[in-house]
Amino acid sequence: MAPHIKVYALSTCIHCKKAKEFLTGQDLTYECVHVDQLTGDERKAIVEEVKKVNPRLSFPTIVIGDTVIVGFQKDDILKAIGAA
Amino acid sequence: MNAEALYEQLKKFQESKGYFFNKDKDMVLALLESLLFNKDRYGYMACPCRLASGDYEEDKDMLCPCVYREEDVKEFGACFCGLYVSKEWNDETIPHQTVPERRPPEKALAALGLL
Repeated sequence: MAPHIKVYALSTCIHCKKAKEFLTGQDLTYECVHVDQLTGDERKAIVEEVKKVNPRLSFPTIVIGDTVIVGFQKDDILKAIGAA
Repeated sequence: MNAEALYEQLKKFQESKGYFFNKDKDMVLALLESLLFNKDRYGYMACPCRLASGDYEEDKDMLCPCVYREEDVKEFGACFCGLYVSKEWNDETIPHQTVPERRPPEKALAALGLL
């Protein structure tokens, strides 16, 4: 079974867009959160979530199963989905 | 103003300062569109690849061109977004690496009231 994939992204971030396009190109389904489109407590909760896995608080932050990938790193994504 | 007009407006000036637009024009136009979008929603051109707080004072370091551009272009040949690059980056005489985030997370957290 394919690992669960969560992408913490910004709607305006080009690397986030390219990462999602890459995941789609690999026929992978993923959950995406556009943090910049959240407000108030919802945003704070998600930022805390990101901070736990990526203290740099940068985007995209991609969680594939237990693997956290910071930035759009194709090789790391392929490795994490066991395709590398 | 649209992304193409902003491109023309910025290009000469930024090149005179040694910063070139990424030769991937589609990417550049998408980033410039995002900057215009951020200007609409925040009132200033917050970096499209960083989480803005919406507070101008808190986000001043990440107004495009951000204060991190100089060091990032010097070290990696590109800014965090990949909007501005060095001549060597466009000439592909240096490797294209993912630029890590130089902005201290404390700044982002403080701006979000999470520090």
